[in-house]
Amino acid sequence: MTLEILWFILIGVLICGYYVLDGFDLGSGILYPFVAKTDAEKRAVRNAIGPVWDGNEVWLLTAGGALFAAFAPAYATVFSGFYLAIMLVLFGLIIRAVSLEFRAHDESWGKLWDICFFVGSLVPALLFGVALGNCLQGVPLDAQGNYIGSFFGLLTPFPLLCGLLGLSTIITQGACWLSAKIADGTELRARAMTARVVMQVVTAVLFVAVTVVFFNFVGFRSEQHLPLAALIVVGVVLVAAIVVGFLAAGRGKNWAAFLANSLVCIMLVVAIAVALFPMLVVSTGPGPSIDLFTAASSTYGLTVMTIIACIGIPLVLIYHVIIYRTFRGPIPVEEGHKKAD
Amino acid sequence: MELLADVVFLSRFQFAMTIIYHFLFVPLSIGLGLFVALSITRAYKTKDPVDEAHARLWVKIFTLTFTVGVATGITMEFSFGTNWANYSRFVGDIFGSPLAAEALLAFFLESVFLGVILFGKKRVSPKFYMVSAWLVWAGSLLSALWILIANSWMQTPAGYMIEESPLGAKARITDFFAAALNPQTVPTYLHTIIALIIMGAFICLAIASYYRLHDRNDEFVNKMVRWGAIVALVAGIAMMPAAHMQAKVVADDQPVKLAAMEGQYHTESVPMYIVGVVDTEAGTVIGPSIPGLTSFLASGSFDTEYQGLDDFEAEDPGSTPTANEVQITFQSYHIMIVMMGVICLVIILALVLAFGKKLKQKRWPYKLMMFMWIAPFLAIQFGWCTAEVGRQPWIVTGELKTLDAISPSVPADQLLLTIAIFFVIYLVIFIAWLRIFLKFVKDGPEKIIEADAKKVAKASTGAAAEAQHVSSVSEAPEERGDADQEGGAK
Repeated sequence: MTLEILWFILIGVLICGYYVLDGFDLGSGILYPFVAKTDAEKRAVRNAIGPVWDGNEVWLLTAGGALFAAFAPAYATVFSGFYLAIMLVLFGLIIRAVSLEFRAHDESWGKLWDICFFVGSLVPALLFGVALGNCLQGVPLDAQGNYIGSFFGLLTPFPLLCGLLGLSTIITQGACWLSAKIADGTELRARAMTARVVMQVVTAVLFVAVTVVFFNFVGFRSEQHLPLAALIVVGVVLVAAIVVGFLAAGRGKNWAAFLANSLVCIMLVVAIAVALFPMLVVSTGPGPSIDLFTAASSTYGLTVMTIIACIGIPLVLIYHVIIYRTFRGPIPVEEGHKKAD
Repeated sequence: MELLADVVFLSRFQFAMTIIYHFLFVPLSIGLGLFVALSITRAYKTKDPVDEAHARLWVKIFTLTFTVGVATGITMEFSFGTNWANYSRFVGDIFGSPLAAEALLAFFLESVFLGVILFGKKRVSPKFYMVSAWLVWAGSLLSALWILIANSWMQTPAGYMIEESPLGAKARITDFFAAALNPQTVPTYLHTIIALIIMGAFICLAIASYYRLHDRNDEFVNKMVRWGAIVALVAGIAMMPAAHMQAKVVADDQPVKLAAMEGQYHTESVPMYIVGVVDTEAGTVIGPSIPGLTSFLASGSFDTEYQGLDDFEAEDPGSTPTANEVQITFQSYHIMIVMMGVICLVIILALVLAFGKKLKQKRWPYKLMMFMWIAPFLAIQFGWCTAEVGRQPWIVTGELKTLDAISPSVPADQLLLTIAIFFVIYLVIFIAWLRIFLKFVKDGPEKIIEADAKKVAKASTGAAAEAQHVSSVSEAPEERGDADQEGGAK
């Protein structure tokens, strides 16, 4: 395996880490206005992600940094080409990050921060899928790899469907997290469990829709693409994960349902990677597509990065074990906490 | 308005605006991170509830500021790709890896252990809690190291070669250690970190002064003044060699920047101006100066001659800053120097307050010190302004011009739109941050002590009647360690 392919896989792993982990706190943020009715319930939702959301978001920053370092032309093309979309993601992430902290201290602006938390979770969750859908379907690039379409040129049916599927899996992930994390016997958890079932069904429907559209209208864009069989295997695992998630939820096995939906998220990333390989951004002309071999940094540069990753990744795993162990156990919904001032 | 349609100007404006804003919060959190760690360590050793309350106050202020730093930092990481696509294509092989390393080695460390500090007080041992505070600070120092490696490489690039690729010329890394430890890295790192610690110390002094002027908690005030004064003194002394080292590297490796800093257009021994205005038409500076001092500081001799901007421009047309950029560089540099002078005076004042007896009962020193955080604040902002504007017209010195580094696919109207949105969002965030910051300071450690006392009282009176509920309260660890307004009214 060459270093280019190793980094293609590593960035995929980082995206999976982000999708699975920040997925549940973005999803919790989207469900927040719908499942949490009282102040105590709202606080419980915030507490359920409070200690971990910041670390979860770092996965995105790491994936972005790794893309910059390993495949700079793809990073430059996607971030500048999808400018307004990326900026919307950014604004979402900014208002969401501050809303959680400010909400805990500024009661009189609480409504504003609740809205920011919701909107800031929703917008990125939707747009990540749209961006990946566009990379897969292809966008017009010039000879230097600059996007030459408009903002609305990005909002075509297939990318939008991908966006909805991404959003749906993220909401499911949030519902699975809250179902598993919120204390047993509370109304909040009951609502989260209802949302979970609904979103599992929505995810399954959207997955079928995306698959149908992909095979009929998009398909492999590269001559050297991986065999179709690989994509079918991924699809089978994905369907199995959806079914297992559904069954686990039905039997009240909350952590199993969470893990099954995490596998759905991971398999979606794998599916996109398989469908895209060896492309990173498909061009519909006039310029060439950006593939991972021409976009890759130098062998020396990638070697340095690999060494840094070998030091960093074990540490990151240790940190995660520490934080999730420290904050294990259910979150109570405690009534009767009146606010001062 | 031509400027409003100028993509290069708008891209620079957006970057300047977002980085300056980001750098309002980063210095605070790195500076205050040290005080968080120190105060938690102290509380761990003494087990005194008052020390405990002090530590909690620092944690509250720190996390509030840190969060805004994190949120506005995402902008910076995205901006290279969104607004500087050609730059990213050119430097990806070198500049990307410090960014990735920063996230992998520093951000995870900071964010995970900040979670422990904020939510884990009742969940981890006191010792682990203390270690977490130091790890958060270590994480922020590491993060600063990686990003300053990246910035220093733009100032004095090393360990690379230029290579033609199908997508145009790009820099390729040939020696990681030469690139990472380029001439500017170590001086810039020391200079910056020390400045941020001074900033933290001055915030500590300002808060102490506020309490003193409102006749609150004498013991706390004295302790804070002592800590602030000692940390500021140590950092202030360390700043001298660090700043000197930095200036020397600029003189050796970025002579054009040095010339811009003193507004020097002709070859001569370089004076140091106290204040002044560059007459960019005539190529002279109007203002009082000490002849030859800059030459002396850079080379050890008052007579060493350095080339001026006109000479560099004659050698390589278009390689020196514009008239406006020279003026900005000159003014920024001199504001920084003047502010350093102010900082030294305030440190002396703080030492007298902390260890002398005479001034302690007077009010004016505290009134003054309450606002003196402005000095390190301006010094930091204008210091960076000097470094970045003085590097123009280059984004990577000698290799890539800022002009050629933009995103060709981003039009001016979209930039205007995002600048407007940034302005609104950042303004609201600033107002919200300030409201809460001032509330924290106003509440002070007293409120935390009071809230703790109430909690204890409640737990003991309710114990018999409501055993069930109490056990759930004492086991309610998800409640934020700093969310006293919630606990206070129980």
